[in-house]
Amino acid sequence: MLADKDRIFTNLYGDQDWRLAAARARGDWDGTKAIIEKGQDWIIDEMKKSGLRGRGGAGFPTGLKWSFMPKKSDGRPSYLVVNADEGEPGTCKDRDMMRHDPHKLIEGCLLAGFAMRAVAAYIYIRGELIREEQTLQAAINEAYAAGLIGKNACGSGYDFDVFVHRGAGAYICGEETALIESLEGKKGQPRLKPPFPAATGVWGCPTTINNVETIAVAPTILRRGASWFASFGRPNNTGTKVFCIAGHVNTPCNVEEAMGIPMRELIETHAGGVRGGWDNLLAVIPGGSSTPLLPRSICDTVLMDFDALRDVKSGLGTAAVIVMDKSTDIIRAIGRLAKFYMHESCGQCTPCREGTGWMWRVLERMARGQARLEEIDLLLDVANQVDGHTICALGDAAAWPVQGLIRHFRGEIEDRIRKAHVAPSRAA
Amino acid sequence: MPSLTINGKQITVDAGMTVLQACEAAGVEIPRFCYHDRLQIAGNCRMCLVEMEKAPKPIASCAMPAADGMVIRTDTPRVTKARNGVLEFLLINHPLDCPICDQGGECDLQDQTLGYGMDHSRYEENKRAVVDKDLGPLVSTHMTRCIHCTRCIRFATEIAGVEELGTLGRGEHMEIGTYVEKALSSELSGNMIDLCPVGALNSKPYAYTARSWELIRTEGIDAHDAVGANIRIDARGREVMRVLPRLNEDVNEEWISDKSRFAYDGLRRNRLDQPYVRRNGRLEPATWAEALGAVAERMRALGGARIAAIAGDMACTESMTALGDLFRALGSPHLDCRQDGAALPVGARAGYVFNSTIAGIEGADTCLLIGTNPRWEAALVNARLRKRYLGGGFHVFSVGPELDLTFPVERLGAGPETLGEIAAGTHRVAKALQGAKQPMLIVGQGALARPDGAAVLAAARRIAETCGMVRDGWNGFNVLHTAAARVGGMDVGFVPGQGGRDTAGILHGAGGRDLGLVYLLGADEIDMAQLGQAFVVYQGHHGDAGANRADVVLPGAAYTEKSATWVNTEGRPQAAPAAVAPPGDAREDWAIVRALSDTLGKPLPYDSLAQVRERMVRIAPWFARSGEVTPAAWAPFGTEGKLGAAPFRSPVTDFYMTNAICRASATMAECSELYMSGGKAATGTHG
Repeated sequence: MLADKDRIFTNLYGDQDWRLAAARARGDWDGTKAIIEKGQDWIIDEMKKSGLRGRGGAGFPTGLKWSFMPKKSDGRPSYLVVNADEGEPGTCKDRDMMRHDPHKLIEGCLLAGFAMRAVAAYIYIRGELIREEQTLQAAINEAYAAGLIGKNACGSGYDFDVFVHRGAGAYICGEETALIESLEGKKGQPRLKPPFPAATGVWGCPTTINNVETIAVAPTILRRGASWFASFGRPNNTGTKVFCIAGHVNTPCNVEEAMGIPMRELIETHAGGVRGGWDNLLAVIPGGSSTPLLPRSICDTVLMDFDALRDVKSGLGTAAVIVMDKSTDIIRAIGRLAKFYMHESCGQCTPCREGTGWMWRVLERMARGQARLEEIDLLLDVANQVDGHTICALGDAAAWPVQGLIRHFRGEIEDRIRKAHVAPSRAA
Repeated sequence: MPSLTINGKQITVDAGMTVLQACEAAGVEIPRFCYHDRLQIAGNCRMCLVEMEKAPKPIASCAMPAADGMVIRTDTPRVTKARNGVLEFLLINHPLDCPICDQGGECDLQDQTLGYGMDHSRYEENKRAVVDKDLGPLVSTHMTRCIHCTRCIRFATEIAGVEELGTLGRGEHMEIGTYVEKALSSELSGNMIDLCPVGALNSKPYAYTARSWELIRTEGIDAHDAVGANIRIDARGREVMRVLPRLNEDVNEEWISDKSRFAYDGLRRNRLDQPYVRRNGRLEPATWAEALGAVAERMRALGGARIAAIAGDMACTESMTALGDLFRALGSPHLDCRQDGAALPVGARAGYVFNSTIAGIEGADTCLLIGTNPRWEAALVNARLRKRYLGGGFHVFSVGPELDLTFPVERLGAGPETLGEIAAGTHRVAKALQGAKQPMLIVGQGALARPDGAAVLAAARRIAETCGMVRDGWNGFNVLHTAAARVGGMDVGFVPGQGGRDTAGILHGAGGRDLGLVYLLGADEIDMAQLGQAFVVYQGHHGDAGANRADVVLPGAAYTEKSATWVNTEGRPQAAPAAVAPPGDAREDWAIVRALSDTLGKPLPYDSLAQVRERMVRIAPWFARSGEVTPAAWAPFGTEGKLGAAPFRSPVTDFYMTNAICRASATMAECSELYMSGGKAATGTHG
């Protein structure tokens, strides 16, 4: 178990005050000026050495991402955009960070923004997070008043602004380029890449988009050193991570743990174990609704990090662990996720617009057994036709749960179909 | 210049090209729906997926810039599977109502289904249905067929410059629409029908009237304005069923205006299909012999000095050549092709053509509009100006009417006063023009067809000369015409000869009995009341103002019905064959004049169209280079003089009602009522 002294989010549960004074007592804004004085290259280098990978789901190395930003402006300003449009079902980590520890994020904005030579940060917050937005804005006001951001931030001579922008509740606006469109006041639809945001982002200017957690952990990494952060987890999967554990567990929670903790240990140590005991476990969705589910046999041994989960054809995603015990109707559960993705598809590109609805309708029938056995292969084929053929990753995210279901629970679907077909003939 | 490998073949392409374009250059066809050369890249249909080495997923070739060392494969099972998948997705919610769809036979979705589709549907759920939208009298919608390629949205936003279409809703429920239902307020809206790859947007007037494969296609030239848009005339039997654009990068690219496209129903109504002679105050049907005899008799009686001719806006160059030759042979110098009285300089060609050329607009950086509203006078010239504007660094100034040209225009003033200041160099804009690298100006007919027209022309010439618009390799002096016939008439010398009268003089002479006969070659837009007691011969195709006033009507052919040449505002002669035969006893116009010359006993020295054209080449050698612009030499023109005070007005007050064909068209009447009456477009609660 991660020792308390090694936790970054020391007020994750809101036991203490979120305001500036309390945040300072927890170590935030300590020596920020000194870190800035070490220069952009040092910060980016330190981030690279820490091995931090993006916490929003894709796991792209953060230091590398920051280094893509132009070192010299061609006249256009650079921007940092913080993706606080946390909407992945099962995930609610950013929310807790913003309402209980907002200064970690604000300080992170300054340091990350400085490292990438950005003039301002835009925090795009999910519209439903009303209290969180109020808290965050209040904390930003505090930081301005204390001279921590704004003109001559922290006395470093660097000018940096932080703005909060509220979304209007579309899941797709959590996709980075759709978020940019939405931030510009347009309909949230992903852009084509290339050009990548680091070249042409918000308002056509170089932009880096990072998850809240990625930015919020940066100050602590820079203060305590890359080697400290890299000492947790396995190579290429370093550091600590906030896991969200929900579903059929006794005590659902958010918890910061070291990367690579075994899934079983994570659930049993922090979430009070599976309802009815580990043997009652049916499956786990390890990283938010889009990651393919894992059956119990894999959950027994799998580690919670990017590479380990990738090796079992799933992913760490946002590290939102959704636990399902044997009372779960797994076909209906995945069918419900399919409905979510159908509802949230932006409709721009063909495979996602048409395929998500098709998958949901087939799953809906399958859950009732009203399907033919060959339709399982049809469903898989449809999922494969969506996967990887779309503009953004929502298509993939919609296909993966279906692929996971068929990979691990084909027998369950076949049984359901057979049973539904046998019943009427007996009655006759 | 990136060099890449496509299906094992090495190819080098221009920098900035996409993978899709590179594939085409390599001779590999890529299926697509949303991609279009002239629109921004959307990348949403996903039909053009190809495999790229080192990329984990297939890439959309339309959106990927070609880069050095790329290895592209389009022939792998993975690519085929991806395309099959996308096509299947497009079809699951498509109604497959091809047998009753107007797009049938020329549908991208149909064609590509043949190549990439399955022979059956695997989709067993209910299909989506979408409520149709009312986009006005020109574009009909069948939104259930829509595949959401967004070409129409991009066309409206980028080319037409009206941000009226967009997507509403999300996912499966995404729809194309205007949000608040309204008619599209663009004079280019018909082009969306061509761009739509399926049958979602169709032509409302053409709906259910023909199948594309029954139509005979003829390549024609549009005569509704002076742009000379290249068109394709689709006919069944003797009827023109529809008009489509033809590609000509120099003139209309691949667009045409709604007037060019939809006014064809006017060709069926109000036609003059037999000769008429006025007897006892009434026009009565007559034979050709009677009609020509009546004209010849009157002409002989009056003699050359007392007869005159005016050519209208849609007259072909051949008929003006013949009529001009005939009148000169009879000794009449009273000819004019400028029925609006514009002060176009006779003999100085650079003073009456669009010297920059339409495509040349793209090379300009500053433009001064003088008394013109190009959006209504020449919609495609306006589209080219907008295209140039979108390219960036283009400033447009205007002296004249209030304008909404779909791009910003700085209005300097309403009339000649401002123009005079610019010409004198005292206006601040004179400096801006002098400082520009490629300045141009466009003089409209509204600035020339007025008593001080010659002085306005001289002022414009002064601006062109003092602001560096005329120099080696660049001529920024442009006259924008509204009539297809005008430049051709000027070129073949259908203008007053020695001691001859111009249009105003002819009208005055006819009213004052100095002239006894006025021959109107399709001239309908003059004030007929001024013709007084003169004997009026009207040769034309529609029973419009001219025929009503006429004493003899000689039925001619409309622009779709004759092999004829028009010279557009650039001075580009373009010849087109007849698409259909003229109705009834109507004849090709030059032949009518030739027949009249026979009746008069002064036969013109040509017996065939080829010989007429040889005669045209002798008058103006550039007629030998059909389709090309022959640069005009800069020469003095215009008359320095006092400028009037009245503000400039555009000659086109109603875009949809500019000639006899439009006035006979029900479609144009509907548009005119909708768009021009009070300028209010219909809403969902309209009617």
